[in-house]
Amino acid sequence: MSLVEKNALEDAGLRLSEATAADFFALLKPRVMSLVVFTAFVGLVAAPVHTNPLIALVAVLAIAVGAGASGALNMWYDAEVDAVMKRTASRPIPAGRIRPGEALAFGLVLSAFSVMTLGVFVNWLAAALLAFTIVFYAVIYTMWLKRRTPQNIVIGGAAGAIPPVIGWAAATGSVSLESIILFLIIFLWTPPHFWALALFKKDEYARAGIPMMPNVAGIPSTKRQIFAYTLIIFPVGVLPAVLGYASLGYGVVAGGLGAAFVWYAWKVLMMSEDDRTMKPAKALFAYSLLYLFAIFTAYLADVVASRMLAMAGA
Amino acid sequence: MELETIKPTEAELKARRNRSVAIALALAAFVIIVYVVSMVRMGA
Repeated sequence: MSLVEKNALEDAGLRLSEATAADFFALLKPRVMSLVVFTAFVGLVAAPVHTNPLIALVAVLAIAVGAGASGALNMWYDAEVDAVMKRTASRPIPAGRIRPGEALAFGLVLSAFSVMTLGVFVNWLAAALLAFTIVFYAVIYTMWLKRRTPQNIVIGGAAGAIPPVIGWAAATGSVSLESIILFLIIFLWTPPHFWALALFKKDEYARAGIPMMPNVAGIPSTKRQIFAYTLIIFPVGVLPAVLGYASLGYGVVAGGLGAAFVWYAWKVLMMSEDDRTMKPAKALFAYSLLYLFAIFTAYLADVVASRMLAMAGA
Repeated sequence: MELETIKPTEAELKARRNRSVAIALALAAFVIIVYVVSMVRMGA
């Protein structure tokens, strides 16, 4: 078959897709999903009620699929932007492995499926929060904020911060201050994390027409704002220990992690205007990932340790 | 008159088999989850 005939058939949607299951899995943004799974799991385990392990597993699975579905919808809408950025050009839609319509259908079906599963098997508050998260990420962030304001990832960060609240709601059927602190940790972590990336990917974001903070407010302002956010996240990370939700041990670990976060942001703040390698920004980006996993691991370990101590003392 | 049909390529058929297996596994996993969760809920 000639290339012209092949393309004509593909344009008409008559050919079978060559997309594999792995391509569809890539649409779910597995790396983001792993973060969602982990933070939702921490929220679920930290809740002061016993949850049947199987129901907990179903809850985490449904949250993971819901998060993945919103990722697929994001990739469907952002396919043109992804195509011009080196970081995202190999994603299934811009690479031509999956058609946009397939990604849209996949995202919508999984969204409905995950919300209904969470509602029927766990509870409807958790399901409503998951539905809100999907709509917030796919519609409010992806379709509206991302191309319009440099505060895109600040406001949109709420979607990525909700999973521990959903986990908590799945276990308790309610939302508490403790889960809101976990939300705040991720919410305040998002700007320094993404702006560190935006500093060394500034040109790519400019090419794609995305108004990230360094492109709109300039590099000096972005560096100051990154530093300010790390100064805020430092005490918020320690808050569970201050309010008595976690032990002093957790407080010390969270304080150390927060201090290191401030230190990395300070190095970015002091970074020379002529620095083209942007090593401090890259180091901050890498550390921010470690920070989030470490602080949630510390919180989880603290909760488990305190329960084991309580059981041993009982 | 001979009916004009599109003959799938080997790569297309292979990809479809791959997707079919993945869908079958996902559905089987979902059926098992529904069954076990129902048992747990009824037991509770």
